[in-house]
Amino acid sequence: MSDVVEKTLTALPSLLSLDSQPGSAKLSSTSKLGNLIRGITELTSKHEEEKLIQRELTSIKDQVSSPNTSMRQMKELMVRAIYCEMLGYEASFSYIHAIKLAQQGSVLDKRVGYLAVSLFLNESHELLLLLVNTVLKDLQSTNLIEVCMALTVVSQMFPKDMIPAILPLVEDKLNHPKEIIRRKAVLALYKFYLIAPNQVQHIHNKFRKALCDKDPGVMTASLHIYLQLIKENSEGYKDLTASFVTILKQVVGGKLPMDFNYHSVPAPWLQIQLLRILSLLGKNDQSTSEIMYEVLDESLRRAEMNHNITYAILYECVKCIYTIQPKSELLEKAAKCIGNFVLSPKINLKYLGLKALTYVVQQDPKLALQHQMTIIECLDHPDLIIKRETLELLFRITNGQNVTVIVEKMLDFLRISKDDYTTIDLVGKVAELAEKYPFETMNTVFSLGGDMMQPDIPNSFLKLLSEGFDSDEEDRKLRLFAVDSYVSLLQSEPNKLPQRFLQVISWVLGEYSHLSAELEPATVMTLLSKLLDLKHTSSETKSWVLMAMTKLCEGGVAISVAQDIYETHSSSMDTVLRQRAQELQHLSQDSELYLMGGVDSSLSFLDGFVSEALAAGAAPYKPPHQRQEELAQAKALSLEPYSLSLPISMSSCSIADRQSPTLMSMSSGLSGDSTDLSHKGGSTTLKLDGVKRVWGREGYLAQREPVEETAQVEVPSPLRSPSQQAEADSTQSQTPTPTVTPELEQDKQQLASSLFVGLGSQSSVCLMGKSDPTPQRFRRKAQGRASSSGASEKTPTSLGSTPSPVDNLLCNSLLDSNLVSEPTNQTPQASQSLDTTNGNCHEELTDVKENNPSLIHNNEEPDKPKDLCLSSHLPTELSGLSHSEITPLCSNQSVNLSACHVQKEDSLQLVIFIFNSSDSALQQMQLQVDSGELKVNYCLSLITDSPVEEVRSHSVAVCHYSVTVKRPSVHVEVLGMLSYQLPGGTPQTIQFSHKLPLTTFIRPLTLSTEEYGSMWLAFSQDTKQNLTLINDDQDPLTTTLNVLKKKLQLHVVEIIGVEGIVACQLVQDQPCLMHCRVHAGTLAVWLRSPVPDLPDCLLYHCQRALQEH
Amino acid sequence: MMRFLLLFSRQGKLRLQKWFTPMSEREKKKIIRDMTTMVLSRQPRSCNFLHWKDLKIIYKRYASLYFCLAIENQENELLALEVIHRYVELLDKYFGNVCELDIIFNFEKAYFILDEFLMGGEIQETSKQIVNRCIESSDMLQEDDSSEWYEVELFG
Repeated sequence: MSDVVEKTLTALPSLLSLDSQPGSAKLSSTSKLGNLIRGITELTSKHEEEKLIQRELTSIKDQVSSPNTSMRQMKELMVRAIYCEMLGYEASFSYIHAIKLAQQGSVLDKRVGYLAVSLFLNESHELLLLLVNTVLKDLQSTNLIEVCMALTVVSQMFPKDMIPAILPLVEDKLNHPKEIIRRKAVLALYKFYLIAPNQVQHIHNKFRKALCDKDPGVMTASLHIYLQLIKENSEGYKDLTASFVTILKQVVGGKLPMDFNYHSVPAPWLQIQLLRILSLLGKNDQSTSEIMYEVLDESLRRAEMNHNITYAILYECVKCIYTIQPKSELLEKAAKCIGNFVLSPKINLKYLGLKALTYVVQQDPKLALQHQMTIIECLDHPDLIIKRETLELLFRITNGQNVTVIVEKMLDFLRISKDDYTTIDLVGKVAELAEKYPFETMNTVFSLGGDMMQPDIPNSFLKLLSEGFDSDEEDRKLRLFAVDSYVSLLQSEPNKLPQRFLQVISWVLGEYSHLSAELEPATVMTLLSKLLDLKHTSSETKSWVLMAMTKLCEGGVAISVAQDIYETHSSSMDTVLRQRAQELQHLSQDSELYLMGGVDSSLSFLDGFVSEALAAGAAPYKPPHQRQEELAQAKALSLEPYSLSLPISMSSCSIADRQSPTLMSMSSGLSGDSTDLSHKGGSTTLKLDGVKRVWGREGYLAQREPVEETAQVEVPSPLRSPSQQAEADSTQSQTPTPTVTPELEQDKQQLASSLFVGLGSQSSVCLMGKSDPTPQRFRRKAQGRASSSGASEKTPTSLGSTPSPVDNLLCNSLLDSNLVSEPTNQTPQASQSLDTTNGNCHEELTDVKENNPSLIHNNEEPDKPKDLCLSSHLPTELSGLSHSEITPLCSNQSVNLSACHVQKEDSLQLVIFIFNSSDSALQQMQLQVDSGELKVNYCLSLITDSPVEEVRSHSVAVCHYSVTVKRPSVHVEVLGMLSYQLPGGTPQTIQFSHKLPLTTFIRPLTLSTEEYGSMWLAFSQDTKQNLTLINDDQDPLTTTLNVLKKKLQLHVVEIIGVEGIVACQLVQDQPCLMHCRVHAGTLAVWLRSPVPDLPDCLLYHCQRALQEH
Repeated sequence: MMRFLLLFSRQGKLRLQKWFTPMSEREKKKIIRDMTTMVLSRQPRSCNFLHWKDLKIIYKRYASLYFCLAIENQENELLALEVIHRYVELLDKYFGNVCELDIIFNFEKAYFILDEFLMGGEIQETSKQIVNRCIESSDMLQEDDSSEWYEVELFG
């Protein structure tokens, strides 16, 4: 490229003066096309453009159909029609004329005619049939250019069923004296072979003739066909191996004419084509492979590491070496070569290095071990493409020991991926891993998915486990494996596990721990009882635990444990827990009852009690649905607190009975006071659709073998002892990398050891579940990094040269860092300053005409970041939405920070603007945003996802976060810190805090009165208070509720008489229900929610809203 | 095999499109939209490769113009990058200090050069000299419009 670097920006004068360079000489700036193009650039709106183009099209239409239009004029008209089509306007009236032009025009008009046809029509267009005759005629022409054009158009698009009509003519061209014709003919035949292979079957021997053509160009063209043929049937072409090897030898040896060189590398395209063919031929074939070892070795040796094109050859060479039968010497060299790729600072090469590793890692897992630190770095790379490729590599090295960490990484990626195709692919891979390593994977899914998971996932998992499969023996193994893995989880750090996972664990242990011979029920009891003492264990989980214990409470130690529990819980506020504790105590002491196990499901023992009550005048029993109907008919509120509560005895029949878990969770839902989150339908964080299927009966059965395998995998101790940890640390610290801090480095080392476990001789540490803190810490680090990169591409670059279109394309290739990008004209280049918007579609041409770069905005008013101008910096995906007022956060002599928020349906988007008011650029800028009450995610927006480390003088950087509430409070506070450095100065920090009222997180929750009723029952947190009623002579209740609705975005479900029910949710998916009743001139409100503090905080805001009114 | 090549400006304006496999108008429009948004939103210092469906997108920016080439999955990314580069060199050789405006005003020439360079989604001719000779000899016909175009120097 260096030969063109020096070329300077001279295109502008040459354009305007129409000087005699070969290209610009024909620049049609005075032509009609030129006028059209210039006309468009002067327009300011899309609408005007539309009008202009429609006018243009009408005029073209008139002219093309006029009989007086010459072919030469027609050519010009076609060019204009092509231009209109490129802008996205349809010019279908001109298609037929394009064909006519190709048919009747002189050779140069024809060229444009063929071009227009190939751009306008596609293979199935009916008009294309009209072209067949023209092509036939031109193929027979004595004019070589016409023949060339015909062959070109044929290879671009030709109706499949018309191929036989021209095939003989194209075939004939293989014997043409001119090599250019022969070459095009070969490529046309290649195209035919691709779209209709059976039609060219009879000419395979002619391909061989082309391969032996004396012109290397024709030979090269024929290799396309051979690659295809060999792909389909490598056996049939083994005899050609020696010829291909000879050709490659000659190419590598520089025997081809100079014309074939590309940047002094001999015929790279040909080399790569040959390497591909050789790898297909040598695959699983020792004798064929042996023929090529020598030339591969030479290729590796000859390709010097200096140019992209040689890297391309090397990559293909390495792939070939790993595809054919291995030869240790070559493998060694190839491995070294991969190392060069992986360790390269150039990101493109790193990418290819990862790809190469992925390709070879199954044969040579050690290679991945060698590069583990680089892989870890790539896993954390800001470029998603690199990240994705790394996951691909990890997927290939997954084994029973590292599967949890790898699945975790994949799920992490899934959360940020916006691309459907990637998501589908990755979910498929997670599912595949889940099939191979069911327990490890499901453990990860449970640990990570946590309480956000759809409740039917754990339920169906348990159902599957309890119903089992065809073979009893396998069922037993599977359950035993589950028990073992869960026991080891509980022995480590159960307090890190999500509630749902604990419930699954309790159930499995209760049902199946007897399968394990060495496991004493008392041990399990003790483990389970520890769960009860954990602070964060919800009452629902507790009741699962207690139920599990009732299944185990036999024998000496168990009785004392049960006794302890009874004492703690018999006075519990929670009636369900109280009852369960009671049951547990009874059963543990009465072993007869425990063994009996039978349940009288007709409840006949209650008959006497019932008849007594009926006789005493009690109302007869009505089933719930009947009551519901009656309520609905009566148009009464179906609030269940006011209705009869269901007989609680329903849940008591599950005591010692083996029950399906689905039913169990239902009964706990009925119990009225648990934090059941089952209404949380569309959980958005985990995309587990793919995973769920795996647990279908068939899916599992198909993978029976690997399961058996994993069932035998021993469960390593999941937690490192402190001494082990220290030991590991000391060994790890021997290989420091200078660029990262030791702490981070250590994290990476730990991650590495968990990722690459089982691949080599390294001491293996297994991360069963999430017991090891390493991945946790690592993730937090990564997040901090992401948020610190608070980035914006939009930073105006008034000082830098924004390349204008007149820059030489070659000398200003921005991505090639080694290029000089010095603009020749010293006036600042027109910069795409602050307000580059999508509407300004043709500004690059405007720039050219106005030499005075008036577009620079920040010269005009650099000092004050106005709201208006800040809001133009909003990330594009937010720019359409209304945002709050932009409030200043803090400022010092060099920076001003301000913030605003945008309410989205599922989250709150917080945008922080960093305005550099100093005269020099801020460097090494890092913005950290944190909050105890909020979950802050740094948003990767489409435009602004580059890590801003630098903000130029008087310009703005934007950081964008998505915020959801972790713990409600009246005002949630965001704390932040910006650290930066002025050139030559010391690092500085500036801190700020920003309060967001809880109301910004409240969204209406639309539900029906019935849904409201059942949810009301399930929520445990409640608050009651009287509020002022807005006294309106009409209807005070409606008025008050409407005020609340307007100010707090609540959803009024229904108003009946003096009562009203209202629902809302805290993003995401944390509902709060409100029941209001007008009573003695005040509004008595009763709030319920599963989230602690939410009712109180909401009540505060209701009060404020009504006072302010 | 290459699937398509798109040239567009930094503002996302399409400058050239070449489709090597049949594609409906709707598909084309969608691809153009996807490509411009994907490529334009890439941050500097990222790699030049993207995934799109089952294809690889190789893009490179030259001054104000993005070149975006889609290749099949098993193809060599670095080689594709050089395909783009060679095309830019060919344009440069023909126009002399090529800039976006050359391509806007003479897009048909850019297509002719491309047709000599690639054919049916494969490389046809990599020599700068030969491609240029082909194009210039055709252009000469255009200049004098003589009927003596049988013996052009290209084939001599």
